[in-house]
Amino acid sequence: MTGLKLIWIVPILPLLGAITNGLIGKLLSKRAVTFVALGSTGFSALFALFAFIELLSLDPSSRISESILFTWIESDKFIAEAGIQIDPLSGVFMLIVTGVGFLIHIYSVGYMGHEDGYSRYFAYLNLFMFSMLLLVLGNNFLIMFIGWEGVGLCSYLLIGYYYDKNSAVDAGKKAFVVNRIGDFGFILAIMWIFWTFGSIDYTSVFPVAHEVLPIGGFTVTGITLLLFIGATGKSAQIPLYTWLPDAMEGPTPVSALIHAATMVTAGVYMVARCNALFNIAPTSMIVVASIGAITALFAATMGLYQYDIKRVLAYSTVSQLGYMFLACGLGAYVAAVFHVITHAFFKACLFLGSGSVIHGLSGEQDMRQMGGLKKLMPLTHITFLISTLAIAGIPVFAGFFSKDEILLSAFFGETQGHLIYWALATTAAAVTSFYMFRLYYLTFSGVLRSTDQHVRDHVHESPPVMTAPLAILAGLAILGGLLGLPIIKDAHILKSFLAPVFSTRGAIEQPHPPMQIEFLLMAVSVGVAVIGIMVARYFYYTNPESAKKLAKKEGWIKIVYRTIQNKYYVDEIYDAIFVKPIFLASRDLLWRIFDMKVIDGLVNGIANFFYKLSQTIRKTQTGFVRNYAMIMVLGVVAVISVWFIVLGD
Amino acid sequence: MKQLVIPDVSLGAVGPEIVLVVTAILLLLLEVFTARKEKGYLAYTALGGVLLASAMTANMNGYTEMNFSGMYVVDNFASFFKLVCLLGTGMTILVSVTYTINEGISNGEYYALLLFATSGMFFMISGSDMVTIFMGLEVMSISLYALAGYTRNREKSNEAALKYFVLGALASAFLLYGIALIYGATGSTKLAIIGDSLRTGIANYHLIIIGAALLVVGFGFKISAVPFHMWAPDVYQGAPAPVTAFMSSGPKAATFAAFLRVFNEALPSMQADWWQIFWILSVMTMTVGNIMALRQTDVKRMLAYSSIAHAGYILMGFTTGDWFGVSAILFYMLVYTFMNIGVFAVVTIVARKNEEKTTFEDYTGLGYKHPIIGVTLVVLLFSLIGIPPTAGFVGKFYIFMSALQQGYVWLVIIAVVNSVISVFYYLRLTIVMYMTEETTEALPSLSLSPSLVTALIISIYGSLWLGVMPSSYITFAQAASLIP
Amino acid sequence: MSQYIPVLFMLAVAGAISVGMVLASELLGPKFKFREKMEPFECGEVQASSSKQRFSIRFYLVAMMFIIFDIEAVFLFPWAVTFQALGVFGFIEMMIFILILAAGLIYIWKKGVLDWE
Repeated sequence: MTGLKLIWIVPILPLLGAITNGLIGKLLSKRAVTFVALGSTGFSALFALFAFIELLSLDPSSRISESILFTWIESDKFIAEAGIQIDPLSGVFMLIVTGVGFLIHIYSVGYMGHEDGYSRYFAYLNLFMFSMLLLVLGNNFLIMFIGWEGVGLCSYLLIGYYYDKNSAVDAGKKAFVVNRIGDFGFILAIMWIFWTFGSIDYTSVFPVAHEVLPIGGFTVTGITLLLFIGATGKSAQIPLYTWLPDAMEGPTPVSALIHAATMVTAGVYMVARCNALFNIAPTSMIVVASIGAITALFAATMGLYQYDIKRVLAYSTVSQLGYMFLACGLGAYVAAVFHVITHAFFKACLFLGSGSVIHGLSGEQDMRQMGGLKKLMPLTHITFLISTLAIAGIPVFAGFFSKDEILLSAFFGETQGHLIYWALATTAAAVTSFYMFRLYYLTFSGVLRSTDQHVRDHVHESPPVMTAPLAILAGLAILGGLLGLPIIKDAHILKSFLAPVFSTRGAIEQPHPPMQIEFLLMAVSVGVAVIGIMVARYFYYTNPESAKKLAKKEGWIKIVYRTIQNKYYVDEIYDAIFVKPIFLASRDLLWRIFDMKVIDGLVNGIANFFYKLSQTIRKTQTGFVRNYAMIMVLGVVAVISVWFIVLGD
Repeated sequence: MKQLVIPDVSLGAVGPEIVLVVTAILLLLLEVFTARKEKGYLAYTALGGVLLASAMTANMNGYTEMNFSGMYVVDNFASFFKLVCLLGTGMTILVSVTYTINEGISNGEYYALLLFATSGMFFMISGSDMVTIFMGLEVMSISLYALAGYTRNREKSNEAALKYFVLGALASAFLLYGIALIYGATGSTKLAIIGDSLRTGIANYHLIIIGAALLVVGFGFKISAVPFHMWAPDVYQGAPAPVTAFMSSGPKAATFAAFLRVFNEALPSMQADWWQIFWILSVMTMTVGNIMALRQTDVKRMLAYSSIAHAGYILMGFTTGDWFGVSAILFYMLVYTFMNIGVFAVVTIVARKNEEKTTFEDYTGLGYKHPIIGVTLVVLLFSLIGIPPTAGFVGKFYIFMSALQQGYVWLVIIAVVNSVISVFYYLRLTIVMYMTEETTEALPSLSLSPSLVTALIISIYGSLWLGVMPSSYITFAQAASLIP
Repeated sequence: MSQYIPVLFMLAVAGAISVGMVLASELLGPKFKFREKMEPFECGEVQASSSKQRFSIRFYLVAMMFIIFDIEAVFLFPWAVTFQALGVFGFIEMMIFILILAAGLIYIWKKGVLDWE
């Protein structure tokens, strides 16, 4: 038990690393910076592993340990403690964060070796690890929120890491602001929870939730929907997904760690953590599942015709996150967490692989300039292939198990319209396997299409410091599925491990489908995946010219193609609805003075509204004392009259 | 001959005030007897006075006394606010050292005026009689008018002083009229007696309402609550940067103290009415402040609106009328003083001579040309936004909680929406700092003196430490929360 | 309220008479406007200079100092009258007051406010 009380060491170590590198990193040699960064995360990962083993050694019912570090805010009406809690759910996330985080740190040593601001990079990355661990290990909503804001902040800093590139700075700002909109929902939810329960500790909210709140009541629906708004922001779901593709402006290891494996799954963690609340809010569950299913398909189709290798992966991340939310919405939290785990492995591997490709091609990100890397970068190729198979859902590989479990729970779910979810998710699976293999064939098969002589001459396999993490992650992408094997009767390893966390009260009973149908469904999902691969193979491997022909074709195909290529014109639609009218009304003032392309879409519309309002109010600020005095006197009259009206006499 | 009754006098209770006033007078004398080149030590003399006063005030912790015929009260509430004011004054002095030398205004009068203003704040904070409060307010205000126009050669500074003076006089008149009406209704200017006569119901209720409304106006002006905020942007922009820093901290805290004391000691029986007034004022103040800040091109002006918005958040604590809200205000004021003066310290550094460089463009590339200043400003701005784990977050969270506790759900929702809006303009500054449009003109390098660095370190300490370990400060604030 | 009606009536009559007289002179009276007549003081003398001229700042300083020391005198008189009753306490208080003003006097003296040139 003592080991678990010391669990705070796990987040503290990266914090120390961040402080050291952040404050005196510039004075240290590169080797020392590397040592501090890797040492702190490495030991943190090791501690996390020990703690996890200790957790496993406990009796399943007592697998929870809380330790209060200090009282943060105290009053007799409100207490917030800085407390750390470990239970199976946070344990799993802790392992992913420290494990994948450590591998990506190693990889970064190679990838960022030539960059300026080496110490700054690692300081941010360590700070991110700290915040993320705080998020998953906190014992109350406030700590989770602090971690939540912290990861958002680090994400902002790291997206804008290449601050001499204005697009990177803009992308960082966009991510930050969009996330703040989500956070607005989250903080309101926290306050509402406090108002309802008189506490924000998990232990005093979740066990009593079903007693305090009626099922499907206004309060619980409101709280859970607000929480989910927070989750859509952080996990890039419709409608707040637009920041994630832009976030690819950051360094690739950052995309792997933050924008694929860990931070974006924070929303899933939050929904899973609050399962006791979501379970008694059926309306919210439908919203979560619907948003998840729609995002899964929508984002997958957007990945179809992107040419930037990282943007394809970004859309695929959005799509896979959609799967996780679909699972949450169906009450299949275990499947969601399972998919988080496998996704962390194969998506981190894919991103690092793409990083390795970009590194090998001197920074080229356009897939039309790639090709034929199978021979030139053999290790990257093989790991990439494994992860692609995993994401496509081919059996044996990890992605198959987790995705299949989500599809199964959609098919057998008891939520209304669950078959629609299943259809959407299965279609998305086919699309996924298509665009992932399109990516694979464009990058690795055929011949190198780059015309740049410099790029052609310098193609090289990445150094071992980069390929070793790839190999480990690829191995995990194969073996990760083992967690889902039904070793214990009626429940696989992960399910029985996580069981104590997920409240069964009000939960949707998971069905025990007949084996034959289960196998049939597996066959269907594998079938669509294979079809997707075959189509991709036809267009981009066997017959590469046909894709171009298709693109040139007239008629409805062209319209579909164009629509998808332009990301469904979402930015343009937002533009037309919110931005254009205001823009036309005040073209000169709004756009000449300010660079309004801060964040596009909806956010722009809202921003413009306030700018416009600001412009109107601004007219009162004339600079003349007489007008100021006049307004003051009017204020006096207003206060007095309001007071009398309020009193009513 | 009839023996006169001399009221009880306790010099110990006004010890810090005496120290401040004596130091100020001493500074005036030293000013005229010191050669122009040797005036550097005057700032440190002033600082010494502030430190001594702080020590004496801190020593009064837990000590409650009513003095001077019930016109002056020393309690935890007063001591807390006084320490906040002294913090503001001390940091302002640190920020001013280099500034006054660069601008050629390194005079004893400058520091004397700061100390006189601080002593005025003390009288406001400790006044348990409307007359004491009004006197303190005037001492503070008149010193501030002079300070606002201190850089006489800058037109903007003159404009600021004049506008501040004219509008301030108007606000004082309203305040005085309010005091007179309340006196007329209750027959006393002592807060405790007003409170009693209201409870017993012998006072003329209508007169009291008009009087209280006028008090709201008078105090609302000083804390720049909408619609009495119009002076703030012009004055904040025009006044010398360290003076602006000063104005946004101590005087605001002192006015809030007097405001709280008057409404919670003299008019608590009307709380059911006035919380609605403050509800409206709070919403208007934070919304107008934030929305107006969006469009500013001048950093000082943007900060003026941000200061208005923060006054709106603080007003949320008023609506509650219980100790929770009051302690939230106390804590917020402390946090706000730390972070805001830090921001103005950076503004002072960047503005350079004659305060020419105060627009957003002047911050272009600051982040990597001067990484330390850049990071400092980013931390302080994040604290102003209220991002954990900075102190700004705890302050906001605490004050929102206090409002929520009373069930003002909509107020909290509006406040949270407002703090999302505020992200835009604070973030715009940080973005500008990390953009790389090459500036063609070679700017003179920034001068970082030890005193400025000290001020920055204090503000960073406050903005971070109060965010990570706020509990002991919150305990202080609760012990000082006036209402049991 | 009825006892106020005469007052109201009186107010109305007074207002009507004054407005009526001004209006009558404005409407009936002959008007000759020439430069001398439009001057502030219509007494035959030609104006020496504009009344809107600037004064030396020193006037203000002296005026301010006058007020300060005038107030000192205002405080000193009642103090002197009740000197016996106030006793030592009163003496010390007044000395502190005078000392503060003396410090102010030294300050303005050294600042050169008293030098007219």
